Amino acid sequence: MAKVTIDGRSIEVPDGTTILQAARMIGPEVAPPTMCFYSKLKTSGGYCRTCLVEVTKGSEKDPRPMPKLVASCRTTVMDGMEVGNNSSPKVKEARKGVVEFLLLNHPLDCPICDQAGECHLQDLSYEHGSSKTRTDFERRTYNKIDIGEKIQLHMTRCILCYRCVKVANQITDGRVHGVMNRGDHSEISTYVEQAIDNDFSGNVIDVCPVGALTDKTFRFKSRVWFTKPMLANRSCDKCCGKVNLWYKGEEVLRVTGRKDQWGEVEEFICNTCRFDKKNTSDWTIEGPTPVDRHSVISANHYEVLTKPSVIHLNDIKPLPLKEGNKI
Amino acid sequence: MADIKFSEDTLALANKIIARYPEGKQKSALLPLLHLAQAEFDGWLSPATMQYVASLLQIQEVEVYEVASFYSMFNLKPVGKCLIEVCRTSSCWLRGANEIIEHLENKLGIKEGQTTPDGMFTLKTVECLGSCGSAPMMQIGAQYHENLSYEKVDGILDTCKAEGTRKTYLDKVVVDKY
Amino acid sequence: MGKKLLLEHDHVPGIQGYDVYRKNGGYASVEKAIKTMSPEALVEEVKKSGLRGRGGAGFPTGMKWSFLAKPEGVPRYLVCNADESEPGTFKDRYLMSRIPHILVEGMIASSFALGVNKAFIYIRGEYYYIVNILEKAIEEAYANGWLGTNILGTGYNLDLYVQVGAGAYICGEETALLESLEGKRGNPRIKPPFPAIAGLYGCPTVVNNVETLASVVPVINMGGDAYAQIGIGKSTGTKLISASGHINKPGVYEIEMGITVEDFIYSDEYCGGILNGKKLKAVVAGGSSVPVLPADKILNLANGEKRLMSYESLSDGGFGGGTMLGSGGFIVMDETTSIVENLFTFARFYHHESCGQCSPCREGTAWMEKILHKIVDGHGTMADIDLLWEIQAKIEGNTICPLGDAAAWPVASAIRHFRSEFEEYVSNPSGVKKNKHYDSVHNNVNV
Repeated sequence: MAKVTIDGRSIEVPDGTTILQAARMIGPEVAPPTMCFYSKLKTSGGYCRTCLVEVTKGSEKDPRPMPKLVASCRTTVMDGMEVGNNSSPKVKEARKGVVEFLLLNHPLDCPICDQAGECHLQDLSYEHGSSKTRTDFERRTYNKIDIGEKIQLHMTRCILCYRCVKVANQITDGRVHGVMNRGDHSEISTYVEQAIDNDFSGNVIDVCPVGALTDKTFRFKSRVWFTKPMLANRSCDKCCGKVNLWYKGEEVLRVTGRKDQWGEVEEFICNTCRFDKKNTSDWTIEGPTPVDRHSVISANHYEVLTKPSVIHLNDIKPLPLKEGNKI
Repeated sequence: MADIKFSEDTLALANKIIARYPEGKQKSALLPLLHLAQAEFDGWLSPATMQYVASLLQIQEVEVYEVASFYSMFNLKPVGKCLIEVCRTSSCWLRGANEIIEHLENKLGIKEGQTTPDGMFTLKTVECLGSCGSAPMMQIGAQYHENLSYEKVDGILDTCKAEGTRKTYLDKVVVDKY
Repeated sequence: MGKKLLLEHDHVPGIQGYDVYRKNGGYASVEKAIKTMSPEALVEEVKKSGLRGRGGAGFPTGMKWSFLAKPEGVPRYLVCNADESEPGTFKDRYLMSRIPHILVEGMIASSFALGVNKAFIYIRGEYYYIVNILEKAIEEAYANGWLGTNILGTGYNLDLYVQVGAGAYICGEETALLESLEGKRGNPRIKPPFPAIAGLYGCPTVVNNVETLASVVPVINMGGDAYAQIGIGKSTGTKLISASGHINKPGVYEIEMGITVEDFIYSDEYCGGILNGKKLKAVVAGGSSVPVLPADKILNLANGEKRLMSYESLSDGGFGGGTMLGSGGFIVMDETTSIVENLFTFARFYHHESCGQCSPCREGTAWMEKILHKIVDGHGTMADIDLLWEIQAKIEGNTICPLGDAAAWPVASAIRHFRSEFEEYVSNPSGVKKNKHYDSVHNNVNV
């Protein structure tokens, strides 16, 4: 076990735990933001640099501070380590820089972007960015391409987190898309026109932190904050069958995996559940989804729940279908 | 799709290269094989060529695309028989690389990035080729042409035209004297 | 004449071939090492020699070797980093094409010291013609029993291969090099783990520069203590310096560390003074990544003493007033040189070579190039200069690999020492020589 102190709060964690994991165990107040790390995907993280933290004391044995800020998602804790996240001016400054870099070529098209309202980059720039832009150079743009019947890739919005590539590598068989070119010309692509066609390809939509990969069956149907997420399940022979249904009125507009408080899916779901089961009758409804990360969604529906995170899923009684529809 | 297949000699060489690496690590041969393929199939890597290399190494096609597009020496579009790569980083710039590029553009009647209509020359500017002490310089195929002057450039172009052959990185060339 | 350890036989006709090389004392270090020394003793000699990595970072080689993990039943690898791509640096190219056997010899002795049975030379793709030279040397070494199985009848086996890159500066970073050697994109790995624990194919690996491995030959021949006597302080031995730019005699020079910078630039033995009798304006002393220094600062230390060609003396003054020996890429600029335009070529270089994995480097290098382009083009503002400063500060230290730092330092040092020149480009654009090659179409990775 190792004792680590982050922003003055201590916790004992098993050896091999990363600083980020330890911070998440302590709580969201000290957890660094992440754009590329995804706990369900191996070897993810390290690229975006938003989770940089300052290690002010290396360990009990070797108390020297680390010379540079480190990516908390890829740095393991040592016993006695002391870390500055929100308490470190250096980290604040660096993070502001990272947000500026990420936004440098990111289009400000939130008003027409389906991801708006559940976009991690929006949250990040709101919390850590500057309201001014210091560049007047043209942003890089790409044409939208369909990668498969149901998924659209809008590379212009991509921040190159590599999550979708890791999804393809780790949970599907036979990756057909990847990162082409290099430097700021890097792009996610299949290179030759090719459909991403397998049972789990839809998960690239769920892991995308921005609006680069979107669900074509949901495109422009509604802003996410006008939809109502409901927990639902069905027995599926391919995946866990546990999903979020996103309702507008009586209609299921889209189906996604269930996301935890860090915005990560709890379990990956298959394309049948995601794209082909859009009737309430396909599902057993468990109840309204507790939403605590994306204020814009929760504000619209759950204002009464001042602390959404205290909801225990087991305590929620499954609602009869009719009532569920009315929420 | 043209039938893309290495010649017997090249295939033997490719297999020799693949055998260098430990069991299961045959992907290590990707860069060397792409070099062989580019030299053998008209100086560039078409999707069909890359698919062929993927099949030789039994890897996903996208793994080849990713790698080929990363490295600046792999051409993903057709190029002229002589790909002229002129260095323009610091030391070469200090010793007149820009003037050499301008001279080449005038001489060939094309801009950097373009190919002459007869398909003989493609002009490309590149970053440091490690010939800073003999700047300005350009590379055509495997050959480094150094300490360039306008006259020297003219002579090189004339020779290339007279020979009329495709220059590749795999050519056996005379090593420059220092 | 300074002492020469690597280029001693440089001008012997036929030294490229095995017979002449052998007649001039070649492969003596392998004989001595394999027949009379233990691997541990060899590592100890290298430690004693004080030899530091010649690729740029200057990390003590013996220490790097001693970090190599040695788990039972797991192969270990030695990889020679011949991906020489730092602008201003061409010494490894010179050494490999002139005296290829010294690298082969150094690699055999080093492999034996590290308990390695398979070694690779990763060479940048543009040096393809040197691949042929190296492969011929390796073939000769096999034919004469220096490589293969049961070397010198001792039961030691070693295979050595040349692996060719394909155009990517980033592959000079050791983990990017290993990725490339595994047939992948040259994306640097996130460390730890370091290659000494998990390198090539996840096995313990040592990656050393060409010159470093070649230097192992004189270290073994003369002994670590004797090697440490050469040079000055912690800068032991000799160093190959690639001299280029506005000098009378550009080329590769082997210097004994400790000679003065002034001597190096002006003496006939080395650079032979500034081209056309012009005045010295500035020097980039260790390859494009290191801070540029104006004439007075490169020639003299803050205390008035002469600056020396050594790791310590060149870095004297820290980042504000010093620079680094780096890879030994010594670029000299005369009084007519525009520091801003030279910096633009560096910025363009780093933009072109960023792998694109991490956001500060991917976006920052491109941004800096665009701003410099704007300034060089005569459209810059005073705010742009400050913005450049801030961008480089946001990149430095925040990236996965040192390329971010390498891109930031030249910008920082140019603004620090030559800010007035930037201001001139802004305030007097019509006086600025415009050059049409500073365009925006340069950045196609592939034609």
